[in-house]
Amino acid sequence: MATQQTQLLARTLLTPAVALLFIWMIVPLALTIYFATLHYNLLDPGSESFVGLENFRYFLTDPAFLASLQNTLVLVGSVLAITIILGVPLALLLDQQVVGLSIVRLMVIAPFFVMPTVSALVWKNLLMHPVSGLFAWIAHLFGLPAIDWFNEAPLFSVILIISWQWLPFATLILLTALQSLDEEQKEAAEMDGASAISTFIYITLPHLARPITVVILIETIFLLTVFAEIFVTTGGGPGLQTTNIAFLIYSQALIQYDVGSASAGGLVAVVLANIVAFFLVRIVGRNLEA
Amino acid sequence: MKNVLCAVAGAASLLISAPSIAQTTLTVATVNNSDMIRMQGLTSEFTAKNPDITVKWVTLEENVLRQRVTTDIATKGGQFDVLTIGTYEVPIWAKKSWLVPLDKLGADYDVNDLLPKIKDAVSVDGKLYAAPFYGESSMVMYRTDLFDKAGLKMPESPTWDFVVDAAKKLTDKSGGVYGICLRGKAGWGENMAFLTAMSNSFGARWFDEKWEPQFNSPEWKKTLTTYVDLMKQAGPPGASSNGFNENLALFSAGKCAMWIDATVAASMVTNPKDSKVADKVGFALAPNTGLGKNANWLWAWSLAIPAGSKKVDAAEKFIAWATSKDYTKLVASKEGWSNVPPGTRTSLYKNPDYLKVAPFAKLTLASIDAADPNKPTVKPVPYVGVQYAAIPEFQGIGTQVGQQFSAALSGSTTVDAALSAAQSATEREMKRAGYIK
Repeated sequence: MATQQTQLLARTLLTPAVALLFIWMIVPLALTIYFATLHYNLLDPGSESFVGLENFRYFLTDPAFLASLQNTLVLVGSVLAITIILGVPLALLLDQQVVGLSIVRLMVIAPFFVMPTVSALVWKNLLMHPVSGLFAWIAHLFGLPAIDWFNEAPLFSVILIISWQWLPFATLILLTALQSLDEEQKEAAEMDGASAISTFIYITLPHLARPITVVILIETIFLLTVFAEIFVTTGGGPGLQTTNIAFLIYSQALIQYDVGSASAGGLVAVVLANIVAFFLVRIVGRNLEA
Repeated sequence: MKNVLCAVAGAASLLISAPSIAQTTLTVATVNNSDMIRMQGLTSEFTAKNPDITVKWVTLEENVLRQRVTTDIATKGGQFDVLTIGTYEVPIWAKKSWLVPLDKLGADYDVNDLLPKIKDAVSVDGKLYAAPFYGESSMVMYRTDLFDKAGLKMPESPTWDFVVDAAKKLTDKSGGVYGICLRGKAGWGENMAFLTAMSNSFGARWFDEKWEPQFNSPEWKKTLTTYVDLMKQAGPPGASSNGFNENLALFSAGKCAMWIDATVAASMVTNPKDSKVADKVGFALAPNTGLGKNANWLWAWSLAIPAGSKKVDAAEKFIAWATSKDYTKLVASKEGWSNVPPGTRTSLYKNPDYLKVAPFAKLTLASIDAADPNKPTVKPVPYVGVQYAAIPEFQGIGTQVGQQFSAALSGSTTVDAALSAAQSATEREMKRAGYIK
């Protein structure tokens, strides 16, 4: 039981850190809110004027906004689905005892260590390039026409690259969970004559529910703000096909130099992210309790 | 005792010599094009003559450079002492008093030797606000061997009809040779630079005299239809992600029969070190449709000093060095005449050494002369600039329109839909900026 003195001491000592953190968060937020109410074109400084909520109206009625919202949701959903659906069997495979397991594990985890920009460049120029890429070369081997990935299926291509990067993360989390699975429980099921499939469905999968929740929560946070892969490969295009909310805000701020709209967009994105977080925690977060 | 004396003497000598080694460090922001990389390599020649100046380089890709430089100057960041900017920025920034007028470039600088079109483009009210490092227009580069093989002859000033026809005939998709490579990557400085220049030759314009956007005009429709059809039939796959550098790589690797792009590319595609087709490249003026305008643009990468810089004198010395005739001679002596920065000085186009090794020189000059930023289109327009409209809002609008056109090229939207989206996006922005009601 802390005495009043120690409590006071603790509070006093904590104050600077708390204050610093508070300023750290509140200043950028306040500035964003302030800029969002201004007509502020970076190329035309001195012309800033208060416009109230016009920037928000402008951002929300931009045809690019709905397109990018849709792209963001499709991207997050698809990557989550791919990483989890492929991550579970991959984790099961890695859980087996084979020769050279540590090397195989390292290889599987490797993509996670590659910088997003680098991996996007490699995919764009060495693998998916319709003239000089590896996939085009393979297609030619079989006498097929090369697929022009970023033209014909731009969003799918971006999803593929991002999934490749996040699959190791999902696999790793699921693998650690599998390793904590009670061996005796599996043995008992085996003795009772359970098939491999029913062991998987009734024992392994329920055991994986919580790690899957963790994967969904963490990945969603990062996937909502995917930027580098899009910037490097498609630049949001062709058209608006790969523009997500993060890229749209970037484009408003640093291609069009419209600070007001970008700030408004940033605030809209914060609200949207909070809505997503709210539902995520309500739906999947429950798994984490108890 | 001796040690102490030594130390005192040493300290004294340090004190005495300190003022003479007072260094001014210039931070130069530039773009990663080969001419600038070469300039960077020659920095020691400048610092040898100016021992009190050291030069720090920040070399960036075009889009990133633009972002860094623009945010720096607009927020008065003061990171850079010398900026590399284009003809688009110079008049806008000069009018905002963001740039220092360059009136102390030295007696032997010979301002009047600058090409009049280029000089105009970097001047405001007769005052030079940036010094052109290299200037360019656009022109047709083509493979003479492929033309000969197909029995075609490129006229000096081809029409679009000829170009379209030749491109289709020269396409050999199974052999990996495409009739024509053109920019498709979205961006006001990428596909829109080309498409705006092309639209000028079709009689189109961005805005009418009352700043009303003109994408619903038949001229724009014809421009975009021609472009998309041509690229579908005779262009390389993935064209909607090709910009200048991607097309340069394709052409140098022998994959394009024609390429219409910046004149500055001419020395690169004829350089045997980088180009597989160096000895088989011919040149022609950018195409027209007989309306009196070729698909020419006008651009100059130029060096400027941001207002508020505390190192104006040193910066001006550097700019004078990098854009002088002597610099041209320096590059010529080190790397050969064909590699000197082109398109800025009249004297270069009278230099027999240059003309001998640069088969593209005459056409570069003719192309630059053919572009008129003050009267860029067939019909009258309220803006200055050939492949852009020199208003601050243009970057934003140009990029949005560029995205739409890039989508039309990739086939994910139709020409009509792209044009009407471009029209409504441009109207929206122009209304918001107060140009139209």
